[in-house]
Amino acid sequence: MSLELRGISKSFGALLANDSIDLRVETGEIHAILGENGAGKSTLMNIVYGLVAPDSGEILVDDVVKNIKEPSDALASGIGMVHQHFMLVPVFTVAENIVLGHEKSGFAGKLDLNEARERIKKVSDQFNFDVNPDDLIEGLPVGVQQRVEIIRALIYDAKVLILDEPTAVLTPQETDDLLKIMKQLKEQGTSIIFITHKLREVKAVADRITIIRRGKVVGNASPEASQNELASLMVGREVELAPDKGAHAIGDDVVKVQSLTIRDITGRALVSNVSFEVKAGEVLAIAGVQGNGQSEVARAMVNLEEHVEGSITLDGAEIIGKSVRESLHAGIAFVPESRELDGLIASMSIAENLILDLHDLPPYAKGIQMSPSTVVSEAEKRKVEFDIRLQSVGDPVSSLSGGNKQKVVLARELSRPVKLLVASQPTRGLDVGSIEFVHKRILEERDAGRAVLLFSTELDEVLALADRIAVMYRGEILAIVPSGVTAQELGLLMAGVVHA
Amino acid sequence: MRKLTIKRPSLRALTLPGLSFVLAMFFGALLIAFSDSTVLKHIGHPVTFIKAAGVAVWQSYLALFEGSVYNPSLATPHDALLSWYPLSETLVTAAPLILAGLSVALAFRAGLFNIGAQGQFIFGSIAASYVGFHYHLPIGIHVIVAVLAAIVAGSIWGGLVGLLKARTGAHEVIVTIMLNYVALYFLMWLLGTTTFLRPGRRDPISPDVLPSSRMPLLAGHNYRVNLGIFVALATAAFVWWLLSRSTWGFRFRAVGANSAAAKTAGISVPFVMTAVMAISGALAGLGGAVHVLGSDFSLTSGTAGNFGFDAITVALLGRAKPMGVVFASILFGALRAGGGTMQANTNTPIDIVLVIQALVVLFIAAPSVVKWVFRLKNLKTTGELAAKGWNG
Repeated sequence: MSLELRGISKSFGALLANDSIDLRVETGEIHAILGENGAGKSTLMNIVYGLVAPDSGEILVDDVVKNIKEPSDALASGIGMVHQHFMLVPVFTVAENIVLGHEKSGFAGKLDLNEARERIKKVSDQFNFDVNPDDLIEGLPVGVQQRVEIIRALIYDAKVLILDEPTAVLTPQETDDLLKIMKQLKEQGTSIIFITHKLREVKAVADRITIIRRGKVVGNASPEASQNELASLMVGREVELAPDKGAHAIGDDVVKVQSLTIRDITGRALVSNVSFEVKAGEVLAIAGVQGNGQSEVARAMVNLEEHVEGSITLDGAEIIGKSVRESLHAGIAFVPESRELDGLIASMSIAENLILDLHDLPPYAKGIQMSPSTVVSEAEKRKVEFDIRLQSVGDPVSSLSGGNKQKVVLARELSRPVKLLVASQPTRGLDVGSIEFVHKRILEERDAGRAVLLFSTELDEVLALADRIAVMYRGEILAIVPSGVTAQELGLLMAGVVHA
Repeated sequence: MRKLTIKRPSLRALTLPGLSFVLAMFFGALLIAFSDSTVLKHIGHPVTFIKAAGVAVWQSYLALFEGSVYNPSLATPHDALLSWYPLSETLVTAAPLILAGLSVALAFRAGLFNIGAQGQFIFGSIAASYVGFHYHLPIGIHVIVAVLAAIVAGSIWGGLVGLLKARTGAHEVIVTIMLNYVALYFLMWLLGTTTFLRPGRRDPISPDVLPSSRMPLLAGHNYRVNLGIFVALATAAFVWWLLSRSTWGFRFRAVGANSAAAKTAGISVPFVMTAVMAISGALAGLGGAVHVLGSDFSLTSGTAGNFGFDAITVALLGRAKPMGVVFASILFGALRAGGGTMQANTNTPIDIVLVIQALVVLFIAAPSVVKWVFRLKNLKTTGELAAKGWNG
């Protein structure tokens, strides 16, 4: 089944989200739509799926104009969508989720799931999905939950499948599995629209690539194009994907972690016996698949974890046992894994978010009296220094884009005297331009002689920034390797495979 | 209907509460008309029915106004100003309510739902009253000591909640509800003890506080209005400063808006919870002092009336902002003061006032109703406290 969009336009107030977009997806094709956050990809797909009404333009399925006003119209036309945030009820089973909205009842209104079970098994076997219809959703890994969404689309006869940023939430292994599944689906004749901003994945599976920038189609590319070419088209200027790591002097140990063990509230060890050191002017990357204890180690560096044994010293002084505030003021800058949850206070202003840590110290406060004018004037300085794109520093921080939010976090954390920068997943969910900025800034800190501890699940990021790489697996450090390692070797280590 | 557009942000903040009040008064008017037996007699004749309904509503609302602001018939040849006596009554009721409302509002801003203003208010009244009738202190000093005692008692009762939440994670809503009962029954037990029971009385009532401990009257002996209203206004100004200009308030707001991020930035969340609840309790306790030392003078089991619960309503109505709480409390004070007059002069029961109060909150919690009725396009309703509930 083919899908064609002709002259789709949509504006939200003054913002033109889609500007007469033309697009054609052929039968059995993986068509990647590449664009930065806010380029208009999601709006376009929401129009196709009937969630948003376009201002003008038409949608054709197999060259016939369809009037799609509701998701049910889209489903009836054979268009299915897997959203970035899954639409599943966590306390229901796979089968219950799949029949939701199409329930069949048996005797006395009893829910009949047998037919659904059969069909789930059939689809699951066909594509090696390994999904059990009676498992509870909340107990399943994210990658499997995503397959449930795909099964749902297939069972309701989707011939065109829209995948909206499907790999954003997946581990590297799960990503590889998904890419395989996409190829299989394609061979069965399903067309796939693959929305993403990750270049490697696009190059791995796409047949054709459409690049969208500021609501317009700015070009088509074939998967043979280089990552740099694609990135430049996406951002609209030359970008450096692999930042230049200049020569630099490595100094003495700044931070030393010895036999660090972190337990959860039940006493189970999440991190066991982890030791490493980071020297001045060095980036030590801690790589690993999400959930292997890296987050806990990162949080323990500033005493955000509770049940910690072992020792962390910063320039010889013990950190464990101090308060979070004392750890930060001892010279640790901390960029948390989730800037939305732990990094920023959405409803407070940008200026206030910039001084969360220093709000009660001069020049921001005298005694307990704060000085709002100083808060604003210092924020204006940070805005320039970190190139934060904003309308007013008094606006809530929630009004910023992801990249600018991360700049606010960085600006705050780097405005104290810093010996060690702890950055946890610093570019997660950011667009190419912002990733470039964050990477540059991290390397600047390294070149200025600070120790950098980078926690990342992204192979490319680890390889681009690290001087040494420690791989964590099931709460332990499996190996510490030099930066010359290849992506394949690193991928194997992350999966727990150690070389003989 | 013409579409209303409101441009100035300061006015826009008042739009929803203002229009909700108008709408509540409208429904109140319907109730007045349909509950009046003389009006209902004319139900078969539309014209006379509407006329009778109009008269009933007009008389009720006029009585409400006369009971709360200005009543010319109260003036005497010697004293024309007496017609303002109802306004004095409104302010007497509003003063403790402002303080209790500030207590709830402050906790709100720090992300805590203080249902316990009632209990903290009771502890404040007990402490103020005990100092007021038991000790003999010089004039001026006496009232200050009594007020301080109430602040300390309230802050201990409130701080306890914060401490429990910070140490054990106990939900403040459950704890404050329970502590309200504890406070009430403690008061009732106290009133049976020889220390608190007024000599010569068997019903639970304490001795009157000594004149030296009373809030100074502001307009002479004919009016009950006292220094309490200025204490309340000054406290509102203090809470405004605390929240928007002090480092403590910064921490309170940070923890209220996102405690995980506040913790990550080095702010001590347990300390903030305890401090907020202690200050919150102190405010409600001060409310109790203003009530006992300003107008009631003695303790009974009903001393706290409904102040601690109305406090939640005025905090919602005032959007947890100090100025908003002041306006909402004066409005509620007026409804309470005027309700009595309305019941006495017309067929309308005082309960209509409760209905109007409830409807105001209902409409604020369901802003789309107000939007729809008044055809408002640009009314900003996200972030509305009452519409979000306690963990929004």
